[in-house]
Amino acid sequence: MNTMTPPTSTPAPASPKHPTSTRFTRALGVASLVGIGWLVAFGLFLSPNDRVHKTGVRILYIHVPSAWLAYLAFGVTGIASGLYLWKRTRSLMWDRLAGASAEVGVLFMGITLVSGSLWGRISWGTYWTWDARLTTTAFLFVTYIGYLAVRDLGGTHQQRARRSAVMALLAVLEVPLVHYSVKWWRPLHQNETVEEGKLSGLMLFSLFVGIISFTLLYVWLVMHRQRVLALNDQVDDRGLDVALAARREES
Amino acid sequence: MPAMLAMENAAYVIGSYVVTLGAIGVYAVSMLARARKAARSVPDEERPWK
Repeated sequence: MNTMTPPTSTPAPASPKHPTSTRFTRALGVASLVGIGWLVAFGLFLSPNDRVHKTGVRILYIHVPSAWLAYLAFGVTGIASGLYLWKRTRSLMWDRLAGASAEVGVLFMGITLVSGSLWGRISWGTYWTWDARLTTTAFLFVTYIGYLAVRDLGGTHQQRARRSAVMALLAVLEVPLVHYSVKWWRPLHQNETVEEGKLSGLMLFSLFVGIISFTLLYVWLVMHRQRVLALNDQVDDRGLDVALAARREES
Repeated sequence: MPAMLAMENAAYVIGSYVVTLGAIGVYAVSMLARARKAARSVPDEERPWK
């Protein structure tokens, strides 16, 4: 990967304001912002209160979409890691997609935990309880923080990609454990709201607005993050080239 | 907005939206800043998405 470019004394290239943007990502970013605007409008103002959860149901419109996005992100990390490990499709592009998706997944999982805690305070009178759903979710969150730490351990890009791909394939096995924990262990956390058909009308619509806008946002974030990782890899490669050329000059 | 503040459990509900959108916003802004920093060392022609 290292090219034989000499150490440069030329000035650094002009840095554009948004180096990872394209026309597509800009359109996607605008669509995400519009979606978030709709989510706030429907989630906070236009949807009615629930009979059981009352105003607490408004947290559902961000809690469920963020949990869905975390599952999706970790699933994408698992698939991209598998594609990296498979010789026919091996490319650092898959590794960077896996890393970008995991990082965004950790963000959404953190949001799931915080919004869930606030909802728990309203519904259960406590921010946290060690029930099966909450505990497995916290464990999943910590696992993917560990995955991100493993990515930063150093070594070549290929070493990073191989070790993190193996870890991602193990970590993704936790996702079904979290999802089905409410069925297997019957904890305090309620069952799947949508699957059980508890929502209808404007409440269901608000939830779908949340899911669609967060999904658009996820794609936008992952595309940018993946490109930042590609830039960082190129910076590393160029730094190595410069160091090698300097060593050659010394000898 | 006054109607929102009169809502039951308004602090928790509005707080959850503020935390969610704030966290996403901070992450997005920091990522774009990291992109600008990294792009200073990489010429335009080495960015395949351009």
